[in-house]
Amino acid sequence: MAETTARAEPRSSGTPRPATRPVAVRFDEVHFSYGSIGVLEGASFHIHAGEFAALLGPNGSGKTTMLKLLLGLLRPDAGRVLVFGEEARAASRQVGYVPQAVVYDPAFPISVAEVVLMGRLRGSFGRYGRADQEAAARAMNEADVAGLASRPYAALSGGQRRRVLVARALAAEPRLLVLDEPTSNMDAESEAQLFQSLGRLKGRATILIVTHDTGFVSALTDSVLCLGDREGRRGAVVHHPAAPVEGEPPKAFGGAALRVLHEAELPEDGCFSCEGEER
Amino acid sequence: MSGFLAALLDPGLPFIRNALAAGLLSSILFGVLGSVVTVKRIAGLAGAVSHAVLGGVGLALFLSVKRIAPGLPPIAGAIAFALVSALLIAWVSLKAKQREDTVINAIWAIGMSLGVLFIAKTPGYIDPMSYLFGNILLVSGRDLLLLAILDALVLAAAWLFYPQLEASAFDEEFARTRGARTDLVFLGILAVVAVAVVLLQTFVGIVMVIAMLTLPAGTAGFRARNLAGMMVGATALSAAFSALGLAASWSADLPAGATVVVIAGASFLAAAGARGAARALARGRGARASRASGGPGDEGRGAKP
Repeated sequence: MAETTARAEPRSSGTPRPATRPVAVRFDEVHFSYGSIGVLEGASFHIHAGEFAALLGPNGSGKTTMLKLLLGLLRPDAGRVLVFGEEARAASRQVGYVPQAVVYDPAFPISVAEVVLMGRLRGSFGRYGRADQEAAARAMNEADVAGLASRPYAALSGGQRRRVLVARALAAEPRLLVLDEPTSNMDAESEAQLFQSLGRLKGRATILIVTHDTGFVSALTDSVLCLGDREGRRGAVVHHPAAPVEGEPPKAFGGAALRVLHEAELPEDGCFSCEGEER
Repeated sequence: MSGFLAALLDPGLPFIRNALAAGLLSSILFGVLGSVVTVKRIAGLAGAVSHAVLGGVGLALFLSVKRIAPGLPPIAGAIAFALVSALLIAWVSLKAKQREDTVINAIWAIGMSLGVLFIAKTPGYIDPMSYLFGNILLVSGRDLLLLAILDALVLAAAWLFYPQLEASAFDEEFARTRGARTDLVFLGILAVVAVAVVLLQTFVGIVMVIAMLTLPAGTAGFRARNLAGMMVGATALSAAFSALGLAASWSADLPAGATVVVIAGASFLAAAGARGAARALARGRGARASRASGGPGDEGRGAKP
């Protein structure tokens, strides 16, 4: 592929940005290791509220660990993970999480509507009420799965299941939606529907997509973060710009894709939308 | 069968009525707890807890006959062993996943062996058969009361914590991101199963409790639309298997617990076979239809490079 667009302007979403945009996610010098195996050695980055961000990294780069830290399932050894200014664990109810897949017993009898309602779970106590049913119904409409509501979850295709998991995350009316490898093993139609749903949601919630595909991102993307080893340090994050590909755009993400320009980068915790002015 | 009905109504045979009451009260535990055990896939853990109970029975018999703790009922030792083994298993399962299998099997074997050793060293003759395989005709009024209390507690807990039970069995990680203490849910399930196993073993015995915790739930799971439906279906099936088993064992002079388990097992196999056959038939029909319409539709295109 020609690299003619390498000097392209960093892409902006087109909306004017106030000087101090609130930050949705901030990793501040985060260290994490499994025993003696270091995974993150001082990772720092931030994502602004309302942004559509992509976190890219090859397999084994620490994406899953970063995701678990963000969801409050793991705690950092050092440094801080803040979500809307709170510790990740305290903020987890404001986060909608779409896992890559659910490893569950296929003999588990459960309908799509019941899976989506699970997004309304509140802690260790409390049954679902009318408000929960209504929120789940809205989420099923947003994720285009309302027609599947009474189907058994096990009877769906992989792509349909992923959209049901998106609906489950949306049922919580999250301020931050995190999707883990949303397009892996997905048919083209489901992928297009998913990105239509995300496009409608963009701006109302902060969206973070985590993926091992380091070549292209959806045209909805405002901000590209790349996770990998840098100067002998594991789990460093840099920002890359992304730009439309000249000629025929690859058909993915339900429309045009952007090429990630790996040759241009900002220093750690830099950001194309605030150029570090906020820190 | 008519002989069983006559015996039920015979005022001189109260133990038959007790046996049927025990079977019906047990059905609620088999149905509700069995469904949770099945969808959470912890039947192996429940099996270890139920077998370890023999150690507690043996210890209590030994202590009471040796006059170290006179009058100590076997059920007290059984509950102590059940809870301790459940806690150990829960701790290992939550903290040291890679050793889980080994530890669970060790608890299973050590519990049973301790029971055999204590019983061997207890003066006088004790028949372990009734503990291993149950003796429903020895069910007492106190057993029925305890079963009824546990039924009420389990039904209340299943109603109150239904969302947490369902979510932590379906997708534990997601449930944790929603703030549910899935470790406590797991611990609670194991503790309740431990106590239930002790009360249920009077009905079908230590060895076969696990069969009744899995077979009716598994059979109901073929047709159920959700976890609640599975619980209701499994309870109804357990009640039917228990009543049928008791009647058959009375008529043919067979051990009741084993008869009930054989009926439950045969029903499960028949239901599984029928489901397999129905699926094969549907697949065959689908393949013929797709050949007729010119091949399969959109098969998806997998992950991008």
